[in-house]
Amino acid sequence: MTTITYVEPSGNRVTVDVTEGWSLMQAAIANGVEGITGECGGSCACATCHCYVDEARMADVPAAAEGELGMLAHVAAERRPNSRLACQIKASAAIDGLVVHLPETQE
Amino acid sequence: MTGAAGRIVIVGAGQAGVQAAEALRAGGYAGDVQLLGDEPHGPYHRPPLSKAWLASELEAAQLVMRAPEVLARKQIGLRTHCRVTAIDRDKHQVRLAAGGTLDYSGLVLATGATPRRLSLAGLDGPGVHVLRGLDDASALADGLSRCALADRSIVVIGGGFIGLEVAATARKKGLAVTVLEAAPRLLGRVLAPMLSDWYAALHRAHGVDLVLDARPQAIERDADGQPEAVRLGDGRRVACGLIVLGVGVDANDALAREAGLACDRGIVVDACGRTSDPLIVAAGDCTARRLDDGTLLRLESVQNATEQGKSAAAALLGQARPFVSTPWFWSDQYDRKLQMAGLSQGADEWVLRGRLEDASFSVHHFKAGRWVAVDSINAPKDHLLARKLMDAGRHPTRDQVADPAFDLASLLAA
Repeated sequence: MTTITYVEPSGNRVTVDVTEGWSLMQAAIANGVEGITGECGGSCACATCHCYVDEARMADVPAAAEGELGMLAHVAAERRPNSRLACQIKASAAIDGLVVHLPETQE
Repeated sequence: MTGAAGRIVIVGAGQAGVQAAEALRAGGYAGDVQLLGDEPHGPYHRPPLSKAWLASELEAAQLVMRAPEVLARKQIGLRTHCRVTAIDRDKHQVRLAAGGTLDYSGLVLATGATPRRLSLAGLDGPGVHVLRGLDDASALADGLSRCALADRSIVVIGGGFIGLEVAATARKKGLAVTVLEAAPRLLGRVLAPMLSDWYAALHRAHGVDLVLDARPQAIERDADGQPEAVRLGDGRRVACGLIVLGVGVDANDALAREAGLACDRGIVVDACGRTSDPLIVAAGDCTARRLDDGTLLRLESVQNATEQGKSAAAALLGQARPFVSTPWFWSDQYDRKLQMAGLSQGADEWVLRGRLEDASFSVHHFKAGRWVAVDSINAPKDHLLARKLMDAGRHPTRDQVADPAFDLASLLAA
């Protein structure tokens, strides 16, 4: 299990034990975390699972592939250097304890 | 009625139905919202079904679209296993298969679509699969695994998106795959000929036996009734242990039609999701949208379901929210992502930006000289730029697209 803390747009923090291999989008949806949509079901096609990864942990998160970098251009909220699509980040020991902030809007 | 605020009943708990339910709450609707799904499952994501789910890479919980507590928090009542058999428009009621009725003050039809069957000798019986819902996908995944163990090949009838995605996944599982396409090229109604050829080459390079202009005549079965082969019009016999039918879908408009709503290969709606009854709206794959020029547009896509779901909810709240954004769609096959922007139907000229042998490129469609659609392979930036340009009504000329030095993004400025 990988522990991930989601900070909802309201500031509410939700900590979830995520099964290895699940995406952070899937775990957020399955646990009813507010502030994430994931319209395309994790296909990296809609940019509605935008999140901000804790800047101090950026190096622990595998870098975004070309497809994700392309779609990040389409996020509804402000794109920042730590912007990622939660469907493209898989739970692993390397990111245990990671905190991700969810933006005000996804669409 | 349940008090002054009433009750909105949503028939169908897929993408469009869920979106409509949430949009009602987001729009301030305070009445009762009942989301009725005829499957045993709560709302789930369909796009992974033909890919990661079929490849047995996911568990069911990873497909969940909205957790039960999210729906409960939004006071959206979800009923699974709940099939509606009739709409009584005079009494403002739907009749339920399980017995009883449910009153509505507003009704959303989000009934989806049903895979087409073919009239083909030997079709009825085990071993013939379609792919639409989670149960279809699970049965197909089991069938593929059995074929892999028994070293049996499979036949996919229909070289559309579903058929080709299934073919790609089956190849990934190591199965021998034959795709039978009736037309002379793949995805001929939507793709440029050069991209059809590119897809044919892609699948052949991955070991798919692709037969174009195929005329399946019959499914031959063994003594136990299991599929043995598909016989083609040219006499060829393609051995197989399983058949997948991917020959399109029909809109589920029977409920609406029987209730006297205007239907034409789908529930006819306007840009705001309104039907011919002011209390009834419709969204998603079950609809056929009447355009300003009188023609009907059928879109089967996540985006259409989402947008029409929002429009339909707004219409019931008395607001006109037309779905006007550029249509988009995607398909994942092997490690290639196709992203389509705009509507390519009727295109007569195609211009390539990049090269077909490159890792990424885009094909631009022109119809009578007008830029109408862009298909991008592994090029999300091209795709998103095309959508932005279309949304903004900025259309490049053929010469601009054909000039590799011309920056299409420059059209967004000024």
